Amino acid sequence: MVKRLFTVCWSMFGLGAMAAAQTPAAQDGFVNVNTLPPADQVSAGPLLLAAYSFVWVVVLFYVWTVWRRLNKVETEMKALERRSAAR
Amino acid sequence: MFPPLVILTAVMFAGAPFMIAGALNEPTMGVVYKIFYFHVPAWFAMFSAIFTCGIASAYFLFKNNREADHLAASAAEIAVLFGLMGLVTGPLWGRKAWGVWWEWEARLTMAFLLEMIFIGYLLVRTYGGPGADKLAAALGIFGMVNVPFVYVSVNIWRTRHPKTTVVPTLGPGMRGAFWYCVAAFMLLFLVLLAIRVELQRRRARLDDLYLAQEDGAA
Repeated sequence: MVKRLFTVCWSMFGLGAMAAAQTPAAQDGFVNVNTLPPADQVSAGPLLLAAYSFVWVVVLFYVWTVWRRLNKVETEMKALERRSAAR
Repeated sequence: MFPPLVILTAVMFAGAPFMIAGALNEPTMGVVYKIFYFHVPAWFAMFSAIFTCGIASAYFLFKNNREADHLAASAAEIAVLFGLMGLVTGPLWGRKAWGVWWEWEARLTMAFLLEMIFIGYLLVRTYGGPGADKLAAALGIFGMVNVPFVYVSVNIWRTRHPKTTVVPTLGPGMRGAFWYCVAAFMLLFLVLLAIRVELQRRRARLDDLYLAQEDGAA
C-alpha cells in the first residue's frame, strides 16, 4: 500500500515536472504577437472600442436593474401599508 | 454625501477618456494596451468588493449583525459585476496581444474561478432557502481568502499574463492615467455599493413587514 502510494506520488511529481517544463516562462512585460499570419491578425481599434463600450453598458445596465428592483420593493411596500391601513 | 459622490464619479468617468488618450503609447502593443486602463482598475474594484464581502460576512457570521449581511450581499453582487468587466476586457486585449481569446493558465483560470465563487454566493442567497445567508457568508469568506492567491499567481506559476511588477514600475507617462482610472473605479464601486445596500435594506424591511402582517393575522 505504501509502495503504491509512493509510486503514485512520484508519477504525479514527474507529470508535474513535465508540465512545468512545457509551460512558457513568465514574463515581466507585454509581448507583442507579430508572428501571426495576416489572416489571423485583428485590428486593435474595434477591440479597444468593444472593451470600453462593454464596461459602460454593463454599468448602466446594472444601475437600471437596481433602480427597477428598488421601484418594485417600493410598490410592494406601499401596497402592504395600504392593506394594513385598510384593516 | 451620496449625490456629491455620484457627481464626482460621473465627472471622473467623463474625464477618463481624455486621461487615457493622453497617456503614452506602449511601443510593443500599440493602442490596444489602453484596455489596461479599465481592465486593471476593474479587477482592483472587484478585489475591494470581495474584501468588503468577506469582512462583512465574517462580522455577520460571528456577531449576527444584519447590516453586515446587507453589506456582504451587496458587495458580492458588485464583485460579480466588476469581475465580468475584467473577464471580458482581458480576452479582448489578449486576442490582440497574445493571439488567443483565452488560455487556461494560472491567473486567468483562478480569476474565472473567483468569479464562479461569487456567482455561487448569489445563487445560494437566492435559492438556498432558510439559513442561506449564513451559508453564503461562509462562501464569501472563502472567496476573500482566494484573492491573494489570484493576485500572486502570476509570480508563483509560469504564466503568460504579465506579473504584478507591471503596475509599480509604470512610467510617468502612464502612471497618472492609471491611478486616475483606479480612483474612478473605486468611486464607482462605492456609489454602486451604496445604492445596492439601500435596496438590500428595503427588501429586509419589506420582509419584516410581511412577517409582521402574518403574525398579526395569526
